[in-house]
Formats: sequence, structure tokens, C-alpha cells
Amino acid sequence: MRASTRTARRTVVLAAVATLGAGLLAGCADDSGGKSDSSGGGSKGKTTITLGLFGTQGFKEAGLYTEYEKLHPDIKIQENVVERNEVYYPALVNHLTTNSGLQDIQAIEVGNIAEATQTFASKFVDFSKVAGVNKSDWLDWKWQQATTKDGQTIGLGTDIGPMAICYRKDLFQQAGLPTDRDKVGQLWAGDWNKLVTAGESYKKKAPKGTYFMDSPGGLLNAMISSNQDKFYDSSGKVIYKTNPAIKSSFNLTAKAASEGLTQPQTQFQPAWNSTIANSKFAAIACPPWMLGYLKGQSKPDAAGKWDVAAAPKAGNWGGTFLAVPKSGKNVTEAEKLAQWLTAPAQLAKLFSVQGSFPSTPGSYTMPLVTDAKNAMTADAPIGKIFADAAKAIPTQVIGPKDQIVQQGLTDNGVILVTKGKSAAEAWATATKTIDNNLEK
Amino acid sequence: MATRHDIAAPPAKEGGAAPARPPAKPTEAERRRRARLSRRWQRDLKWSPYGFISPFFLLFVAFGLFPLIYTAWASLHTVELTAPNDMQWAGLHNYTRIFDDEFFWNAARNTLTIGIISTVPQLAMAMGLAHILNYRLRASTFYRVIMLAPYATSIAAASLVFVLLFGRDYGMINWALHYVGVGKIDWQNDKWPSQIAVSTIIIWRWTGYNALIYLAAMQAIPTDLYESAALDGANRWRQFIHVTLPQLRPTILFTCVVSTIGASQVFGEPLIFDANKGASGGAEHQFQTLGLYLYEQGWVNMHLGRASAIAWTMFLILIVIGVVNYVISRRLRASS
Repeated sequence: MRASTRTARRTVVLAAVATLGAGLLAGCADDSGGKSDSSGGGSKGKTTITLGLFGTQGFKEAGLYTEYEKLHPDIKIQENVVERNEVYYPALVNHLTTNSGLQDIQAIEVGNIAEATQTFASKFVDFSKVAGVNKSDWLDWKWQQATTKDGQTIGLGTDIGPMAICYRKDLFQQAGLPTDRDKVGQLWAGDWNKLVTAGESYKKKAPKGTYFMDSPGGLLNAMISSNQDKFYDSSGKVIYKTNPAIKSSFNLTAKAASEGLTQPQTQFQPAWNSTIANSKFAAIACPPWMLGYLKGQSKPDAAGKWDVAAAPKAGNWGGTFLAVPKSGKNVTEAEKLAQWLTAPAQLAKLFSVQGSFPSTPGSYTMPLVTDAKNAMTADAPIGKIFADAAKAIPTQVIGPKDQIVQQGLTDNGVILVTKGKSAAEAWATATKTIDNNLEK
Repeated sequence: MATRHDIAAPPAKEGGAAPARPPAKPTEAERRRRARLSRRWQRDLKWSPYGFISPFFLLFVAFGLFPLIYTAWASLHTVELTAPNDMQWAGLHNYTRIFDDEFFWNAARNTLTIGIISTVPQLAMAMGLAHILNYRLRASTFYRVIMLAPYATSIAAASLVFVLLFGRDYGMINWALHYVGVGKIDWQNDKWPSQIAVSTIIIWRWTGYNALIYLAAMQAIPTDLYESAALDGANRWRQFIHVTLPQLRPTILFTCVVSTIGASQVFGEPLIFDANKGASGGAEHQFQTLGLYLYEQGWVNMHLGRASAIAWTMFLILIVIGVVNYVISRRLRASS
């Protein structure tokens, strides 16, 4: 998830220590895993399936392991969790290149899935050929993200992050904007320019000290994610500089920032967190997991004051896949478990416990999703709203270095407009940084 | 046959003060036994020391020398961290491109300026603190422990607190400054404020450490020097200038060298100071140091070859700085 991805950088030094620790642990886990496997191969022992995960995926919290072990008495499930993906992924890359230390199932974050698909496809089981896996169970764009050009699918989707616009009903009302979620959605349906226009009218009557949106980075991310084309073309060439959709998203965000519609803040920084607690902005592009983040940073009296409206165009932010390395000792059992964990019923359960949104449309009609409510948004039917967004997300071409480009455009780009730079100057700084970072 | 002092066992009997009785002639077996023992001693004396110091060198080979050589090899290739075995020969390209890499030279400049902003006040303040602590004080151990506390704090924890203190909108420093009529300073995004803020973290962390080193050296200065200076009518300040400082010269040189090395490797503080912008050292790289740039190329962008070349260039620059340091310190020593 991108939220944890970003906040993580604060503790990179700790993370470095954790890497060493994780390395040692992985080494230990490796040995013990090997031993238990060999004993598991015996006649009486259970087969142990190990999962390598990062962050809080919630399988355990939702009781899915216990349930599976009850269904399959000869299986024992064990998870090895690394807190930060920045620590988890480099270790995974290392294990893949050396073919050692791999778990039976490995989670892969969406930010790394393109690189994993292009670089390590031969090391993973091809799920498109596994019996019982039905491609149409997943949203098409989610399936495509983990699929190579020649049709090999290296991972099954768990959660996704379909984006809507979360807004403060009280602030919208004070600024004379509609508060009903359908009317709010109609304000900007289909066009990001209209969202900026709505921001301009918000600013005219804005409650003192508040901004329309939380940050230029959040707005830019939402726009870029909703476009068909992003930073790479389908042949794998980097096209972010010449892609008109990117340039116009950048310029529109820069316009909003220079007009003071967005806060001069970087997302997930301590100061940005404070603006949530102090109710300093009225709207934010938010995937379902953002509601959890808002709740964590808000004062108790903000509960129920939020609502969710459809974004001008839907985009995706975050998500995870489960992949099965071919070199594992229990490949067939691991395939079965990964399949079961990512089935609609299980993902719906995950949503009700963890708030991570299912990537399987089959979940969207289940009561666990349709009846879902969130403390921040009172009685808004968030399950339905985000399901609609999920279905409208385009199939984007994602590239291995998407995160570097995105970070450049955001943190070395549009944020500069809030410092008084022009859009052109910000674009120049961003592209210079990105090109330097992409060059091998 | 002359006795080899380095290998022979110490004389057991003949060496005493009183002349000993001539020893009985050893039997053939006894002689052979002695020869064997002597050979064993010989071998022991010759090889054991190497055995005792070998753990360090073995570890150094594994974790120091091998990475050094591997990095040198990698720096001559185009190679990504995602596929470290897939190396393509690039010759000196990774080095030549550094000459027009504006980000590298920007980082080099930042390292230099942050180094100066942090080291000079740090050593000056350490000297002042040491001077004060050198007086007879109550609970002097308490003060010394307090001074070393920042040094014992983890960089990550300290930097996180400083990030909050230096916040633009909700930071305590801006809040305090607004009482004296200073407007909001954007400590993270403006060039000089950000460098000063990063330097502050470094100063906070290392001042006490240097103060203790100065204090130790000050306590070794003989008091009669001060007495005779006082007899000559020198006040406290004069005594400090003409007695303390000259006596501290070698110590000052030492702290300068150590601080220079430290300043050239500054990494954790700027990394965590704006952690959300990754390792880019601020939106316009305004406080990206060389260490941070190396990390960004290697571990964020996964360019192992480029990062290795940067590491080696840093190494060469450090050698040059080391030589300059050595020459200056030798001049100073000669002149004293």
C-alpha cells in the first residue's frame, strides 16, 4: 500500500537495521523451513506452507488461516511478515536472484509488480495455466498488471485501491457547495477541470484557513491514475514526457496549486498529518484504505463528517498480489492456498476486517461489502461507491520505474509551484530529476 | 653457535646471579625432547600472533576488501541491483559521466557547505563547553553524562524529533521565532534554512562528544603553566588564548580530522529530515549530500554500476582531503 510506502521513508535508518535483522531472520527461517519440510515429507507430519508478506495484509487477522487449516487438516500455514515493503522487496529480489530463502507464497506490491513481471516471470508459477484459476474472477486491469506480454500471469490479485473523492460535508456546506454525494459527484463528473473549478468556487467562500484539497501530490496522483496512458507505452518505452495526458495533468495540478486550491503540503509528512487533525482541507482523493488513515489522524469529533463522492474519473492507488515461486517445495499446495485466499468470499472478509478492497467483482454483491460502513463517513455505502469506481478503472500500462517517475513529478515537481515556481520551471526540475534517476 | 634471543627459551639455570653448577650432560632422548619443544615454541612464537589477529583480517576481507573490489568491478559496468549478475561492460563511462552530472556536483557542494555549517560552530561550542566544565563544578559527572547523551541517541530518533521542531506550519522553532517577529521559515524547502536545520541536528549530536575530548586534553595541561601566567598578570581570557589553546593544538587537529571525515559521510540526518521525498534531499535537492546521492542511485533507482562509481569517486575525493589535512597538520606541527 502506498500509504505505508511513503511514511516508511521516515524510518529508513531503522529500516536498514531491520534489513539486517530480516536477513538474519530469513536465514534462520530458511533453515527451519527446510527441516520442517523434510519432516513434512514424511508420512505422519503436516505440510507447512509459508507466506512471505509485508505490512498488514490481514489474512491472519481475518481468521483465514485457521479456516483453511480446518478445511485441510494436513496443512499448516505460517506467515513471515516484514513491516515495510522497502525492506521486504529488495530482500525478495535478492532471494529470487539467488534462488534461496523464498517462501512458498510471496506477496508483491503493485509498485513492484511490473518490475517483477518483466524481470522474474520465469521464477514464478504461471497462474493462467493453473487448474481452477478463472481469469474473469478478477477485474481485468488487475489481472493484466501481473501478466507478461506473452500471457504469463505471475500473481493473483488481493486488494486494490479504487479512488473516489472524500469530502467534508460541513466545510462544503459553509462554502456553499452541495453536500449530497450524488450532487457533489455531478459537480465534476467526467472532467478534472471541473473539479478545479469547484475548488475555485470553494475558495471564494472558504471557511477561514481551509484549503479545497489536501496536497498537489494527491491531486496529481488521482489524475494520472485515471488516464489510459501513463508513463510507459505498451512496448515498454518511457513516454511520460511526451504523453499529453501527463503534461496536462501536471499543468492542471500546477494551476490548482498556484491558485491556492491545494495545501502547500507533501502527503504523509507530519505537517500534512496535522492538517487532517486540524480539519484544514475539504477534499482528498481517497482509496478505501485512506479512510483508515484519516481516522487514525483525526480528532474524534471529525467522525461522521466525511462523505464519499465519485471522482471525475476513477483511478487506482495501491494493491497487492500473491505469487508462488517455482522453486518452492510445496508448489501445488501453495497454488491452492493462494487461490483460496484470493477467492471473492475470502477477499470480502478481508475488506470487512482490514478495509482492503477486493479485486474480485464477485465480492461486490456480497453483504460484507454492500453493507459496509465506515466511522468517518457515517452511513455512506462505501462498498458500493468504491465498487463502482473499481469497475471504471482503465487498464493502464504500468512500467518498472513508475514510482520513480511519479515521485519525481510530485516531490521534485508540482510541490515547487507552492513555493512560487512556475509550472514550466517545476516541470523542468521534475524531468531533469527523473531522467537522471532513470538513466542506468 | 650463537643463541638466538628471539626464539630461545629464557635461561633457566645459568642466568641466575650465582654461577650455577655445570649441568649434567643431557641424554640423547632428553636432547631430542628439547629440540622438539624448541621447534614447537619456535612455531608457536612465529605463527600464533597471526592466528590471534586473523579474525579481524578475515572479517575485513569478507566485509571490507571484497565489497571494495566488487564495487570497483561493478563501477566499470552497467548493472542494475535487480539483476546483479547481468553486467555489461561500460569502461569508464560511469566515471566520465560524473563530470557533467550536475546532481553529483550539487551534492558535493551541499556536503561541503553542510560540513562547514556543522563543523565550525560545533567545535567552537565544544571548546567553550569544555572550558566551562574544566572549572570546579558541583555534579560535574552529571554534566558530562548529559553532554554525551545526544551522542548515544540514535540518529533516526533524533532526526524525527528535529523534523517536528523545524516544521513550517506547526513546528516549535517557527512558533518561538514568531514572538520575535520572524515570519514562517520553510525549514525543509528553502536552501539555506534546510542546510542550517540539517547542520543543527549534526551539531546537537556531536558537540558533547568533542567537548569531552577537549576536556580530557585540558585536564592534562599542568596547572603551573596557568599559575605562572597568572603571576605575569594574564587574565582568564589571556590564559585561555595563550596557555589552553596552544596546549590543545594536537587535540584540535584530531577533532578537525575526525569531523571532516564525519562531515563527508553525512547521510542519516538529511535522509530522515525530509523522508517523504525519499533520498532526493528536498524538492530541489537542496540538502542532498554525496552519501545520500549514492544511496539514491543505488538503493532507490537500483543503478548498482553508477552508485559504485559515485562511491569510488567519493573515496578518491576523501583521499585528496586526507592528504591536504596531513600536509596542513604537519606544517602546523613543524611551526609549533
